[in-house]
Amino acid sequence: MAEVVLSGLTKSFGATLALSDVSLTIPDGAFVVLLGPTGAGKTTTLRLIAGLDRPDAGDVRIAGASVMGDMPAQRDVAMVFQQYSLYPHMTVRDNLAFPLRSPILNRPEAEITKRVAEVASVLRIAHKLDNKATQLSGGEMQRVSIGRALVRAPRIYLMDEPLSSLDAALRAELRVELKRIHQDLGATFLYVTHDQVEAMTMATHVGVLDHGWLVQFGTPREIYENPVSTYVATRLGQPRINLLPADLFGAARPGAAQIGLRPEHILQGDGPEARVIRVEHLGDQTRLHLHLAGHDLITLSDPHTPLKSGEMIAIRPENPLWFDASGNRLL
Amino acid sequence: MAEIVIKGLRKEFGSFTAVQSSTFTVRDGEFFMLLGPSGCGKTTTLRMIAGLELPTSGEIWIDGEEVAQKPASKRDIAFVFQMFALYPHLNVRRNISYPLVSQGMPKAQVREKVAEVAKILGIENILDRPVGGLSGGDRQRVALGRAIVRRPKAFMMDEPLGALDAEFREHMAEELRALHDRMGATTVYVTHDQLEAMQMGDKIVVMNHGVVEQFGTPQQVYDHPATMFVANFIGSPAMNFLSFQGHVARGATAVTLGDTVIPMPELQEAAPGPDLVLGVRPEHVRLDDASPYRGRILATEYLGTSQIVTLSAPNGQIKARIPSARSVRTGDTVGLTFTAFTLALFDKASGRALRTSANAEVHHG
Repeated sequence: MAEVVLSGLTKSFGATLALSDVSLTIPDGAFVVLLGPTGAGKTTTLRLIAGLDRPDAGDVRIAGASVMGDMPAQRDVAMVFQQYSLYPHMTVRDNLAFPLRSPILNRPEAEITKRVAEVASVLRIAHKLDNKATQLSGGEMQRVSIGRALVRAPRIYLMDEPLSSLDAALRAELRVELKRIHQDLGATFLYVTHDQVEAMTMATHVGVLDHGWLVQFGTPREIYENPVSTYVATRLGQPRINLLPADLFGAARPGAAQIGLRPEHILQGDGPEARVIRVEHLGDQTRLHLHLAGHDLITLSDPHTPLKSGEMIAIRPENPLWFDASGNRLL
Repeated sequence: MAEIVIKGLRKEFGSFTAVQSSTFTVRDGEFFMLLGPSGCGKTTTLRMIAGLELPTSGEIWIDGEEVAQKPASKRDIAFVFQMFALYPHLNVRRNISYPLVSQGMPKAQVREKVAEVAKILGIENILDRPVGGLSGGDRQRVALGRAIVRRPKAFMMDEPLGALDAEFREHMAEELRALHDRMGATTVYVTHDQLEAMQMGDKIVVMNHGVVEQFGTPQQVYDHPATMFVANFIGSPAMNFLSFQGHVARGATAVTLGDTVIPMPELQEAAPGPDLVLGVRPEHVRLDDASPYRGRILATEYLGTSQIVTLSAPNGQIKARIPSARSVRTGDTVGLTFTAFTLALFDKASGRALRTSANAEVHHG
């Protein structure tokens, strides 16, 4: 396992700028998640580190040495793709063993058997080792595909939305599993996703990408509590942060154009009166959709609140975030 | 607008029974959700209400009239499909006006109705555009427009948001619910997404293997699941199941897990066991070092305001939803307590929730 340092990475595809001057340190043993919508540059970053694409400018250093001159195989990284690509004619066992039998690694068979058994047990596919890859369910195939990366001890694991094709229950299970593997192995992970729950729950560090720019890097808690812009603030949090005119509740911070209120930062009991538009019972929480002076906002309430739509409640902000006219945070 | 009453509805396809014997009532103006995993019979139920399938037996009353064996055209119902089926060669206005024109409505009146619907949906500015170039959201709005322009007695919707991506689905769900609040039309809506059902529905029917497992408001179904299937299907993370063996007498106000006495709502029937399951929602688990009931922390998941802590406990794995301000460390062993009045007790063999002072009203009232 190793530290990976990206400096000034830039990559264009024709007229499209995919990555722009991205510098980032992935500490040894970290689980870094790159978060952003489609087209933000997440997958491009992975491919540049793996050596599948060459940057227009910038450098990738693994364990202190530049890998720009190295072929993908020489970089000693393992990549898991969004679409599992298994060898259909091989058994699960042979698919898992394949990377260890490659000419570069070429491990002894006894070690391979042991390693495959360990990984299969972690991913709960030990009972399927002798099945053909095509005799598996989608979730099992994706676990084999993750397992094929885990049998190796590369310097970094690169994962490109590996859970996005799975159903919600399996995704939740594998989130916990991947995090446990990370803790047990002490391995370094770079993981890209557009799913905020994956980013918040698994990452030690989150990097937020916007059209090829790395706009913020920090722990999930830092990103959630101290976003640098409205863009970052809207990436994390469900329901979303309420972005409202700065003076909606009276005096605003000088220079502020918008006030940002997470649903839990709206207190009930005093302040201006808002109309309840809808009460949404989600079981563990209840969301109140409110209307205040021509603006819609959402806050949370006690699950068994007696409030009904049409009623009025007084609300005031607590610990608001302030943003200027271009969406940057005012501190 | 209309009330829909379903009595003993059954549908067989050859030797396969898709719907066993469903009974429920959709009140006038309700937004009613049919929820369940794929193959549970929810779409078949919807299609029978609409008249696209005829039931094997049972009754369907719409607005006081029994229509079970009548064709779809005689029922005055509008159907919205997952794949918005628009006429590609017609523009937005012609797509929306089609059902009225085919009824032979005078032109002036059609214009007026289409304008009204376009205003409700906020699509006045695209009325003269071809449907080919529209975004997914606008196409879905046009499909809705065509359904509501006739002012039918009720709307049937089959996963209308299923084809949209997550972020946009949330937005359309809100829009659809707001539209319902303005029009007040009886709507039956099929989905497999429990969050969508909780979010949008006035009432929910949960189905599994052709059987109605439970029927109630979202909060009732969440707080007092009638079966382990419902408890597991609704809520994310799902309800925790703590398995134990024993017999609990009628009138008991606690169960014993190992050496720990866990208070719960008063049991109104005997639980003969031997296999019983205590059900506890993740937000009703508290970390409390004083408690003798211990669990080892396997993982934590930060979610902004809250965090999910996964623990290994003597009666099975437990997930707890606790404030993210509380610091917890993987590997630590902590004490656990449960909010007594929220607990449910299930008979494992049948999966049924036993009657307690908390759920009596919901299940038997």
